[in-house]
This record gives sequence, C-alpha cells and structure tokens, in this order.
Amino acid sequence: MVENGIGASLKRKEDNRFLTGKGNYTDDINRPGQTYAYIVRSPHAHATINSVDISAAKSAPGVVAVFVGQDLLDDAVGGLVCGASVTGKGGEVNKVPPRNVLTMDKARFVGDPIAVVIAETLAQAKDGAELVAIDYTELPSTVSTANSDADGAPQLHEECPNNVALDWELGDKAAVDAAFASAAKTAEVELVNNRMVTNAMEPRAAVGEYNSGTDDLTLYVTSQNPHVHRLVMSAFMNIAPEHKFRVVAPDVGGGFGSKIFTYNEEAICAWAAKRINRPVKWTSDRSEGFMSDAHGRDHVTKAEMAMDADGKFTGMRVTSKGNMGAYLQLFSVSIPTLFHGFLLAGQYTTPAIYLEMRCVMTNTAPVDAARGAGRPEATYLLERLVDVAAGEMGLDPAEIRRRNFIKADQMPYQTPVVQCYDSGDYHASLDMALKNADYDGFGARQAEAKGRGKLRGIGLSSYIEACGVAPSAAVGSLGVGVGLWESAQVRFNPTGGVTVFTGTHSHGQGHETAFAQLVTERLGVPVENVEVVHGDTDKGQFGMGTYGSRSLPVGGVAIANACDKIIAKGKKIAAHCLEAAEDDIEFGEGNFTVAGTDKVMNIAEVAFTAYVPHNYPEGVEPGLDEIAFFDPLNFSFPAGAHVCEVEVDPDTGTLEIVKYTAVDDFGTLVNPMIVAGQVHGGLAHGIGQALLENCVYDEDTGQLVSGSFQDYCMPRADNLPSFDVDYCPTVPIHNPLGVKGCGEAGAIAAPPAVINAIVNALGIKHLDMPATPEVVWRAAQAAS
Amino acid sequence: MYDFKFHSAFSVDDAAAKLAAAEDGTVMAGGQTLIPVLKQRLANPSDVVDLSGAGLSGITNNGDSVTIGAMTTHAEVAGSSDVSAALRSVAEGIGDAQVRNRGTLGGSVANNDPAADYPAALLGLGATITTNQRDIAADDFFTGLFETALNDGEIIKSVTFPNATKAAYAKFPNPASRYAMVGVFAAQAADGVRVAVTGATDCAHRGPKLEAALSANWSPDALDGVTIPADHINGDIHGSPEYRAHLVVVMAKRAVAAAG
Ligand SMILES: Cc1cc2nc3c(=O)[nH]c(=O)nc-3n(C[C@H](O)[C@H](O)[C@H](O)COP(=O)(O)OP(=O)(O)OC[C@H]3O[C@@H](n4cnc5c(N)ncnc54)[C@H](O)[C@@H]3O)c2cc1C
Repeated sequence: MVENGIGASLKRKEDNRFLTGKGNYTDDINRPGQTYAYIVRSPHAHATINSVDISAAKSAPGVVAVFVGQDLLDDAVGGLVCGASVTGKGGEVNKVPPRNVLTMDKARFVGDPIAVVIAETLAQAKDGAELVAIDYTELPSTVSTANSDADGAPQLHEECPNNVALDWELGDKAAVDAAFASAAKTAEVELVNNRMVTNAMEPRAAVGEYNSGTDDLTLYVTSQNPHVHRLVMSAFMNIAPEHKFRVVAPDVGGGFGSKIFTYNEEAICAWAAKRINRPVKWTSDRSEGFMSDAHGRDHVTKAEMAMDADGKFTGMRVTSKGNMGAYLQLFSVSIPTLFHGFLLAGQYTTPAIYLEMRCVMTNTAPVDAARGAGRPEATYLLERLVDVAAGEMGLDPAEIRRRNFIKADQMPYQTPVVQCYDSGDYHASLDMALKNADYDGFGARQAEAKGRGKLRGIGLSSYIEACGVAPSAAVGSLGVGVGLWESAQVRFNPTGGVTVFTGTHSHGQGHETAFAQLVTERLGVPVENVEVVHGDTDKGQFGMGTYGSRSLPVGGVAIANACDKIIAKGKKIAAHCLEAAEDDIEFGEGNFTVAGTDKVMNIAEVAFTAYVPHNYPEGVEPGLDEIAFFDPLNFSFPAGAHVCEVEVDPDTGTLEIVKYTAVDDFGTLVNPMIVAGQVHGGLAHGIGQALLENCVYDEDTGQLVSGSFQDYCMPRADNLPSFDVDYCPTVPIHNPLGVKGCGEAGAIAAPPAVINAIVNALGIKHLDMPATPEVVWRAAQAAS
Repeated sequence: MYDFKFHSAFSVDDAAAKLAAAEDGTVMAGGQTLIPVLKQRLANPSDVVDLSGAGLSGITNNGDSVTIGAMTTHAEVAGSSDVSAALRSVAEGIGDAQVRNRGTLGGSVANNDPAADYPAALLGLGATITTNQRDIAADDFFTGLFETALNDGEIIKSVTFPNATKAAYAKFPNPASRYAMVGVFAAQAADGVRVAVTGATDCAHRGPKLEAALSANWSPDALDGVTIPADHINGDIHGSPEYRAHLVVVMAKRAVAAAG
C-alpha cells in the first residue's frame, strides 16, 4: 500500500501558509504605480438616471480618472453576460435583458454600479466619489418573489414584460393530473426558500495591470474559475484577447458559488488598467459585498404529492417562482430550472412529476448559484413535502421514505425528470443514520425533555444531489454555453518531483493535499514531492474551475488519467532500460518491474532518464509530462440520510440542535478529514439557512435591510452541535475514481432535517425558514 | 474615514481643554462604536481626543458600593472580584472577546445604544455617573435614542454602583448582532426593587409594572399575569414589538430566578 495515498487523513499542505498568515490573497497583491477604484452605486432600488456629473470628482485631489458606462461602450467593451439559455414554455428561450458594466439608463437595485472613481489612494477615491453628482428620478420598486409578476408591478426591463424572464415547465402534466385525480390521499405544502448572501470570509477583489510594452493584460481576481473569467471577458466583453490576457486567482478565501461569476468591478479593473495605463485595484468592503455579490436561493413554492392507499407516491406537482434579481447573472435561470427541477425525484420512485417554474426579475441584487444551487431548493421542498405526506398518511417519516425509496438493485435508475442515477443505497444510509441517531430512543428523550419544559423533535432528510458538474454534451443540450470537462497536466521534473497543473481551483477545499494524495496513490511518489498548481491561466492549460462539487469527480479523474499516460510512457522507457519487452513491465507503488524478476526501476529514475535520454528507446519522445482531459458520461449522485434532533424552549422560541447525524454516500474518500470538514461547513451553511440567515429587502423602499452582520445572522460555532458524521458508500459506475463529490451535501441536506425536527417538536404542519426565535415562538403559541 | 486631528489626552482636564479648543471634537474611548462610524463616513469630527491615557480606568471597592472608571474595559469588569456577580455577568455578555478587550463602560454609557447592556445595569442598581462637571443619577441620565444628559464636552469619569441585596441580568441576545434584543436587570437595590429594561424601546428604562409586582412578591411567579403593551416597543426583522414585549416579562422572570 502506498503511504499517504487515497484514504489517508493527511493534514492539509496549504494550512501552514493559511494559519501563519502567509497566504497570498488578491488584496495582498500590490503592483507598482497602483491606483484605487471606488464604485459609485445607486442608493435607490429603482430610479431613472437623468444625468451623471463627474466634473467636480475629476478635479478632486488625487483623482486619476472617473468613468461612466459610456466610457466602456466607447472602447467597445461589452456588457455582462448571462451564460444560460433555457427553453421554456412554448419553446421560448429565456429573455436576457442587457446589462452594462456601469448602468446608464436606470438603476435597478440598491448598489447598482453607476460610475467609478480611480485615485492615488482609496480615501481620495472615496472623496472623489462623494463629488459625483447623479440626478435620479426615483421609481416605484418591486422586490417580492411572489408578486413582482403581478399586474401593475413596477417594470424593470422592456425585454421582460411583467418582469418574467422565463416560464419553464418540466415533466408530464397530464400524467401528474391523472395521478392526483385517482389519488387515495394527497399532501400539500406552501413554503419559502429564504434568500441567502453567501458571505465568503474574503470579500471580492480585483487588481488589473497592463503592460503597454507587450500589450499584455493581467487580472488578479477572487475567482473560482480563472479560465472562465478570462473566457467571458475575452469572448463576450472584448476586454482583451485570450492569448494576451492572464487571469490569476491566487489564494481565495471561500467562494460558495459567488465567485464563479464575472462582475462589474472586475471588468472595470481589467479595462481601466489599460485605459489609464496604471494598475487599478478594487477591494469590496463587507457592505458592498452584501449589496453586490450574487445572492442565492429565494423561491416561493407550492408542492403537492399524490399517494395511493399505502402511501406510495404516485405523482408530484410543484409550482414555484424563483427570484432572479435585477439582472441575469452568469448561470441565473439555469439554477431554478435545470439544477432544481432535475433533482425533484429525490430518492423516490414517484413516477410522474410536473414542475412549473417562473423566473422573475426584481429590484434586488442578481441571484445565482450558491452552494448547492437549485439542489437545496429541490431537496427542501421535497423532504418537507414527504414529512407532510407522512402526517397525512399517519406513517412514521422513516416508514414513508422506505416505502418510496428507489432500491439499490434498481440502479441505474431513470427518473421522470431527466437524471439517471447510477448508484446509491438509500435504505442502507437511512438505516445507518437512524441507528447512529438512536431514532428508537427518541421517545424517551422527548419525554425527559418535556419534564424540563422543553419540546423535543426529530427530523429526517434523505437527500440526493447531482455533482461532478458535468457532462458537456448534457449541459450543452440544455442550454449551458460552455463545455464542462476538466483538464490536468502531470509533469515529472528531472529530479523526480511532480508538478500537477489542474484547471480546477481551490478556495478552501484542500485540493493541494487531496490531489497530491491522488498522484501519490497512482504514481507512488512521496506526497511531499507532489505540488499542485492552480489558479493562473498562464500556468497549465485550460480548465473550467470549481463549483458543483466537480473538482475531484471531474478534475481528479483528469489527473489520474494524466498519471496513467505517464505510467504508459514510463513502461516504454523502463522496458528499454531493463532490457525487457514493454508488455512484461508491471507498475506498482512507484516501481516498474519486469514481471517475475527482481529487475526494477523506480519512477524517479525513469523520469531522470526521460530528461537525460542517453540510453533511450527509439521513437519515444524525451520528457515525462502528460496532459489529459476528462469529460464524464454522467453527473455523480452523492446522497445520504441526515437526522436532526432539536429542543425548543417554548417560552422564547429559542432552540438548540442537540444532535445532528449525517450519513453520506460520497463514494471513495480520498482524504476523510477534508471530507468531514466539507460536511461540517456544508452543515453550518444549511443550518444557517434553516435557523439564522435571511437576506431581507424592504418591500416598500427596496432598501437592503440585512446589509451587515448586525442584521444578517451568520452561523457561529455556538449555534452548532458537534456533528456525528459517517459514510455509507456505493460505487458510481461512471466515475473511474469512484468519487462523487462532497462540498455541497451539508448545505443541501440540513435545511429540511432541521425544519422537520422543529415541526415535529411543535406538532405542526409547517413553518418557514429561517426559524428564528420569534417564528418558532409564534408557531408554539399557535400550536398550544 | 475623513481626516481629523488626533490628540492623546493625559488627564480629564487635558481632554476637556483639547475638546474645548476643537471646532467639532469628540472623545474616543475603546473606539468600538466610534471607529466603525468614522470608517463608514457617518461622522466627520474635526478632532478626536483619545482618553486611553487620561487615567480613567480602574475599579474601587467602597464597601457599600463599587466605583468603576469610565475607561475600564468590559473584560476588566467581567474579571474583577470587586464587582458583583450580576454586574460581571453584564460585562461578560457584551459582544465578543475583542470587543470586551477594547470597549469601555464610559463609552457604552455615553453612547446609550438602545440595545446596549450596561444602561440596564446602571438603572437597575441605581448607579451614579460622575463627570468632569457633576454627578448624575442613572434615572436622569438616559434620555432617549442615543441621547443622554451629558452636555457638549462633558466627560464621564466614573460610575458608582451601590451594592444590591439581590440582583441579576437576563439577556436575550439578538441572534445576529448579539446586542440585547431584550435585557432585563432586576435587583433588590439599595432603595428598593428596581427593574430596568433595555433593547425593547428607544432607550433603557425602568419597568414600573414589573417593579410593582416584584415589590409585592419577589418571585418569578409574581410576574405571571403581567403583560407589557407593545405600543412603544421596537420592531425589526429580528423581532416584532409583540414578541419583544413578551420577552420583557420572560427575561424579567429569569432575572428574578437567577437573582435568587
Ligand atoms: C461587534 C460589536 C459587538 C458589540 N456587542 C455589544 C453588546 O452585546 N452589548 C453592548 O452593550 N454593547 C456592545 N457593543 C458595544 C461596545 O461594547 C462598546 O460598549 C461601545 O462600542 C462603546 O464603548 P467604547 O469604549 O468602544 O466607546 P467609543 O466607541 O470610543 O465611544 C462611543 C461614544 O461615546 C463617547 N464617549 C466615550 N467615552 C466617553 C466618556 N468617558 N465620556 C463621554 N463620552 C464618551 C464617544 O465620544 C463616542 O461618541 C458591541 C460593539 C461591537 C463593535
């Protein structure tokens, strides 16, 4: 067995620099002659911009330049793009209202960028920004997901009548109607999936730098996918051609989806650096982040289930609206449609499913992918609905799930909503979770709590997600404008060290460690001799970045495949040196051996020979450096069962999560410690959504009410229990490494587990997230 | 942050003189409120006078009362054996460790945030605020939303807390900011039962209904029938006026229970 290979809980290589303050984040980067940009943003949710007077700002001390939207148009810089084209009802593709980098006609949300002031210091840029005089005519605004498409609502874009960007449907309506017509029982729930701000620890930032001698442009940026940033800015925004444009995403302190997208400020830094021929830096402060980072979730939904007399699901109907915000961000409409609808079967055999999803524009920040992206919304409504259905049937929530689970021997399983699951054993993971949670002992614990005046509840969540985003042909046919393969380069250096270039990007996930373990396992090279390089379009070839738990399932396979090419070439070299036939060479644990002999050559020696080919096989190229691309045939389908147990104080509505049990199927674990960390973080995210986090805009003024941590409640350590994390793996047939992805699971599984537990504690049908103390208190009052 | 002149004061008189000489000056204590306000450009003082060298920190046990210097940090109060358990618990529950190591009693009291904890303790114990000009009873000090009885240029030197027979503070933290959504300080104070409420309204205040009930019978049960009308109670995304009004009674009961 190889030491520190797959399965070792190796401490993270990157932590030394992170924990000793030696990380290199975008804001740490300062270039000679650097200037500072400050963005002038709309204070209004909706307003016509009559004029923008920048004359006073231009002559303010230290101000280098002031730009408005027209300046970018004059340089033929294009607007921000939406990369999704999703075909809705009647064959109509979603509308894409145009978005200038700096808005010119109207401001459409609080924080909409209108001008940029660039100065010698940030303070001078801010001083200058105060002198930008904008004449607005305020317009009525609409922020409501439920009502923005109503008659008479304020209109955001001419292109989107009634503020509708897309009316989408999925599934067989007639079959679902028939299932309801013949149902023995039905269940129904109306719910809100609350809007979230992802709040990565590191705010967004960008530094643009132009070299007039070479005409090269460099952008340092907080990105989850530097190549995609470059592609978008090059192909659609005309900022610089790809071969003259380097995008560097150095250490990035969390992304959670929000750093996938190309943002206004980033385009401004890149473009303005060339325009003024000096480096331009912008770093978001937290308030700007709240206003201008893409938000997540924000659905209002009605979900119904039809059942036969045994509680078998016969049909499901979902009617929902998704808030897109004021403009369509990069993935936008694809999230509430494809990434949401395709997961609505969950772990169940429901034969007919029909979803109507309306994507509405509102005077709020754009909404896009955020950890889980569509899958948390699907899981939440489904797992809530299943509990309501259990109530209607008088069945235990575990029992109704078991009656409806897809069985392990039914895999691969074609759902009625496009996805075909390749593997999973949902009975096994639920059984394990119930055992770990001591589900059977809950009644006694509940009685004991009652004696103390506390209401105890238990809730389940049997979730599934589609990860390893994704097969290019599949996403292409659905309207996603890019290929989603991944690439890797594995390069032996002459002295035996290995440099791995990956197109994925690590912003907290520990790739530098897990990917190195993968190479160690494959090539038998000590893990400390493997260096993983990512985040720079000038280093390594193209890649699509990190999101949708794709890095290991897609990027990891590309690395493994490049390793296999190394081994294949190494065999030729070893065969030559060991004077054996290539077919007789075996490779394992770093050594090439002639089968049945003790003749052996270590891979480091082979590498040296490849670079010093004095005695070398004919027709073989020197060097040991291989590239591989991997495009999977299917998504991967992590799944699992989570159990949450809560205790509610009915006097105040406060609650404690007394136990949280997670059982997940992520396939093979490369580094179990890193996986547990991802699960913990995901659970914090999901519990945060269920109990604490809520992005609120004022219904009348459109102002962002939860615009700082004073009002937007992030989960803290003392909100969370010590998690009980366990695994129940199955083998995915489409993934050569047997891995499924784990980064989003907790955020997907937790919200319904928590709400189901609270609902169980209070003996009610439903309450909406976030279940703040007041929400719980009111529900407890109403129930008692 | 806009430009301002920065001064270090070496005594209260020095601070007062530097303030008087400034066009539009302000004193700075721990800076936990002032600095964020300056950073967000919400204030534009001409001069900032730092009190950290003015000799205003320290805790003195007077036997029947304790005097705490204005510049004494929350952490110092929380860790002092000269301070009653009730007052220590107030200081301990403020913000986080960083805030408690910088934030001061004087700054908190002068700022009079509607959700601040200390004002409830001052009212609940019948404290006296000593400034460079006079003594002010807590009952007369907290006058409105971020408003106090302090004159322009008046500087708090210390606060004196009389001992109480029984006292405790019960705080319901705002889940996001962890300031008091509702905080109730209940005491059998030197001059009788005092109950002070913070977080619920514009400004910390005494609760006459609660005091009446507890004067008659010092026990949580005494508050069973008491209700607080929601008319003037704060409401926001974290809690409606009705909810906060309800919490006032619940927290009062818990304070009494904790006080014993
Ligand atoms: C993250 C965070 C969390 C917090 N949580 C809580 C909480 O849970 N509960 C709570 O009660 N508070 C909380 N606070 C407030 C904090 O505890 C301080 O009490 C408060 O910020 C003021 O104290 P300071 O010493 O920092 O004063 P400063 O910020 O320096 O000053 C505040 C104001 O008081 C004036 N001032 C200061 N000292 C004097 C003086 N001696 N005489 C006259 N005027 C003076 C200043 O001019 C200024 O206007 C929190 C603060 C932060 C940043």
